[in-house]
Amino acid sequence: MSNAVIKRPSTLQGARLPKWSPYAIAAGSAAVAIGVGLAAGLDSRIQWGLIAAILFVGGSYVIAARVEGTRQAKDRLATSLVWVAFLLAVIPLVSLVWVTVARGVKVLDVYFLTHSMGVVADTEPGGGIYAAILGSLEQVGLATLIGAPIGVLTAIYLVEYGRGNLSRAITFFVDVMTGIPSIVAGLFILSLMLMLDLEPFGFAGSLALAILMMPVVVRSTEEMLKLVPNELREASLALGIPKWRTILKVVLPTSIGGITTGIMLAIARIAGETAPVLLLVWGNPFINSNPFEGAQASLPLYIYQQYANSAGSGAAYDRAWAASLTLIAFVMILNLGARGIARWKAPKTGR
Amino acid sequence: MDITTKNTQAPPPTEPPTATEQKRAARGATRPGDRIFLGLSRGSGILLLAIMAAIAVFLTYRASLAISKDEANFLTTFEWNATALPPKFGIAVLAFGTVVSSIIAMVIAVPIAVAIALFLTHYAPRRLSGPIAYVIDLLAAVPSIVYGLWGALILVPNMVGLFGWLDTYLGWTGIFSWEGGAPRSMLTVGILLAIMILPIVTNVSREVFRQAPQMIEEAALALGATRWEVIRMAVLPFGRSGVISASMLGLGRALGETMAVATVLSPTFDIQTSLLDPGGGTFAQNIASKFGEATEQGRDALIASGLVLFVITLLVNGAARAIIARRKEYSGANA
Repeated sequence: MSNAVIKRPSTLQGARLPKWSPYAIAAGSAAVAIGVGLAAGLDSRIQWGLIAAILFVGGSYVIAARVEGTRQAKDRLATSLVWVAFLLAVIPLVSLVWVTVARGVKVLDVYFLTHSMGVVADTEPGGGIYAAILGSLEQVGLATLIGAPIGVLTAIYLVEYGRGNLSRAITFFVDVMTGIPSIVAGLFILSLMLMLDLEPFGFAGSLALAILMMPVVVRSTEEMLKLVPNELREASLALGIPKWRTILKVVLPTSIGGITTGIMLAIARIAGETAPVLLLVWGNPFINSNPFEGAQASLPLYIYQQYANSAGSGAAYDRAWAASLTLIAFVMILNLGARGIARWKAPKTGR
Repeated sequence: MDITTKNTQAPPPTEPPTATEQKRAARGATRPGDRIFLGLSRGSGILLLAIMAAIAVFLTYRASLAISKDEANFLTTFEWNATALPPKFGIAVLAFGTVVSSIIAMVIAVPIAVAIALFLTHYAPRRLSGPIAYVIDLLAAVPSIVYGLWGALILVPNMVGLFGWLDTYLGWTGIFSWEGGAPRSMLTVGILLAIMILPIVTNVSREVFRQAPQMIEEAALALGATRWEVIRMAVLPFGRSGVISASMLGLGRALGETMAVATVLSPTFDIQTSLLDPGGGTFAQNIASKFGEATEQGRDALIASGLVLFVITLLVNGAARAIIARRKEYSGANA
């Protein structure tokens, strides 16, 4: 039967295209797009891709409509659109990762990681990101010290104690807070600094980052605490253990893996924030290890400043890419580590 | 967590609930550890509320300082000379640019994100869909400044050909005409923003599509529907509100995005009728680029524009959350 389907339309079943037809149409349209691109001298790969995508979607619809009928053709149209959308989305993302790695490794070495810009002009080669890494670590570390405990405690309140208007209000505003643009958090701290007449310093950035971090930590911790089975709480309380000790000794240890994961993901999020740091910390080519006084450097800000002050110089762009690669590596390691912990320490919910 | 409290008190079935509540309150107060812990955790929650209130209050205060000195209409003026004497500045250009770039981002990102979500839930081979979803999660974590650097150094030069095309074939519309400047325009910004919000819109839509009732899908298949008909009749109607709220979460991001716009756009303080000609600006981008040279008066003016951005994102996010919350009740009733 299947042979008959491929060779000539059977009278009992509607005609079907062979299984390999989507691949053939895809290959055909790619070939035509490359041909057109070369012939017409279109220098942008985006155009090539668009031609191929349109040919593929249109081609598979027309061919299917002729062989299989309209309903099947619509189905194929949807299928090919979905595939094209997927590929369209993957291409820039792959390009982003590829370019960052390929250009980043050019100047990324031990010297780059252990030296700072100092008096190196932005247009000259040399210098490195030591001050930026140091600043970022201090700012993000302080932000975590503030944001993580407040976030976890708020989540404990919401899950273990909260009911009534207060907890409803907190839940709502945590949601709203998640959507605050990072630059607005920066402006808030900036308005405080204007009132107190302060010069930019690292800890101001930490405060803004902590504001951005709190709602993320609250959300993820809440989810994790809700996963802890009630039987555990009941068993502990039945033994006469006070509620606060139950939370500290039973609930938190059970969910500690998930909570750690949430905090690490939140750190990964704030580590890449540039806007508040730009407003509050300013950046500094020299090493300043004191986050409480004077402008500090920061890794995401370093990338921006290398780009903005480069005056088109390749050396500055190289440094920007290398710093991007470092930042992405840091964020990805945090992400992967967090997911690893989540899998390893997942609470046994008996699902 | 109602169950917890009920069980912690282990109330005799005859006891009325009010008495249990009183007893609980009384006992909670007798243990100092409990009191301290409750105080700490409630205090953190209240602190969060206080921060939100403080953000609104302080931004409004500084903004009012700036606006009271503004010699021009804050909403309709096409210039930003906050440090001039007399100071004249307005957000018309910024509001226009923010809205336009976000709309472009939504128009591009939402259909593609919905398609990817469908791809992951209904089309991709099962072995592929897990890792792909994982990769999309990771891409959501790429810092915006890296997107900005990529956009400025890779995307912009690659847009030249596309812009030429659009100018040739669609230039007559006026929206897509191009004078040949560097493609650091609203359209490029919109495309970059679309790439950036794609992961979040995809993730939320995917969760919604995954919850679509399997029985209805199978019933449709059994009646001879094609896969597309199943999706159109069973999956998309079910997921509509979820997709709307996902898009609004994405919109919230696009509105407030700073660094990617600041690196890609070459800003001017006028409104370009063509999406392809460089110029215009957004709230966040304007704050980042003008901040360095701003005096205290200039900073207050920027804070005023930030307050407008804050209010807009609050409205958008609030609406998205409201839709999600309504949806939750609805699906809870079904479960």
